[in-house]
Amino acid sequence: MRKALAVLTFILMAASLYAAFVYAPTEPKMGHIQRIFYIHMGTVWVATVAFILVFASSVMYLWKGTRKWDILAYCSAEIGVVFLTITILTGSIWAKPVWGTWWTWEPQLTTTFILWILYIVYLVLRSSAGSDQKKAKFAAVFGIIAFLDLPLVYASVRVMRGISPVVFGPGGGGIAPQMMHALLINLAACSLLFVLLLLERTDLERMSDELAVLKTREG
Amino acid sequence: MSKVWAIIRKDIVTELRTKELFTSMLTFSLLVTVIFSFAFGFSTGLVRLAVPAMLWITFTFAGVLGLSRSFALEKEGNAVLGLLLTPTDRSLIYFGKVIGNTIFVFIVGMIIVPMFVLFFNLGFQGTLLPLVPVIFLGSLGFVAVGTLFSAMAVNTRLREVLLPILLFPIIIPLIVSAVKLSGLVLEGKPLSEGASALQLLIAFDIIFIAACAVVFEFVIEES
Repeated sequence: MRKALAVLTFILMAASLYAAFVYAPTEPKMGHIQRIFYIHMGTVWVATVAFILVFASSVMYLWKGTRKWDILAYCSAEIGVVFLTITILTGSIWAKPVWGTWWTWEPQLTTTFILWILYIVYLVLRSSAGSDQKKAKFAAVFGIIAFLDLPLVYASVRVMRGISPVVFGPGGGGIAPQMMHALLINLAACSLLFVLLLLERTDLERMSDELAVLKTREG
Repeated sequence: MSKVWAIIRKDIVTELRTKELFTSMLTFSLLVTVIFSFAFGFSTGLVRLAVPAMLWITFTFAGVLGLSRSFALEKEGNAVLGLLLTPTDRSLIYFGKVIGNTIFVFIVGMIIVPMFVLFFNLGFQGTLLPLVPVIFLGSLGFVAVGTLFSAMAVNTRLREVLLPILLFPIIIPLIVSAVKLSGLVLEGKPLSEGASALQLLIAFDIIFIAACAVVFEFVIEES
């Protein structure tokens, strides 16, 4: 089952590369650099899902107190940070030729950046919390507070710059159907990769739990 | 209510006897002010633009000093055990702590403002009175999250070092709106001009007081 998923993910990832680099037409204004958007959107979508999952499992952990929710929150946060890092990097590479700068304090970028910092802090907190139970509780609390903070961060960045939200994506509205297909394939591929990584990562965490139990039993 | 009051009174009495929070927060603010004036090379034009930001940087850094002591103090001699043994809801402990800390941080804020006016020669227009509610709302939101994280940080390996790392990314919306509003007041404009910033500040306070009170019971623990 897991193997089938891995194979499927591999095929879809290959297809998404083909779709992004060959199948999709070249955007007339931006040129080839626009193709980075497909993977950019895919990763940011996965990061969003991952952080929502962190919030949901944090709530579940505080409510039920079972280790499986903690594992889910932790692994999801870790993968989310990796994907969001890719999002920020690809966005930056795209922005250099198109906007003429690697970085600008535009609302969406600023919010993403703060989002990234928040979940890195989440991981820092976990690594310094000490005992497992404390780690889980503190991380869950921070996971909830951080998530509640996000809409406020977005609102505040707009207050700071005094600008209304911009249309996200290449050229705003109306894109070619092939571009839409390429985007959808990328979203699907990234989602599958996320599911696969999450399954593997939670398994690993469970195994290290088992190992810890065995070690204490053996003395 | 009397239970909340008992916690507030305990904190205030401790502070009045030791005076360690106020002395450290105020000395720190004074030092930051001096560093700012050296860093800006005494050029009033530059300072005038940067004052709202400088005010809140000083305020939050000093506030973190105070907050990190808040639960470190309880940990000494395991006084937190006494708190936990009181037959009361954990969220009441939280509210007691928040109100106590807000009083401290607010007073420090009220001292920083005239200090800034004095040292940076701020010839402000009109009145600075609207700054009072801004500092109050700012203190409240800052302390609401800070108290929760302070209770968390003292129980980690990194201790007080962790508090600013946890706290600063979360309070960004609060800082942004408070800086915006303070800027308006210093320019002599009414607060109503920054209505969206004011709404954001109030929303921040309400959301985090409610959320932190709910999750506080998971964070506080003995030794």
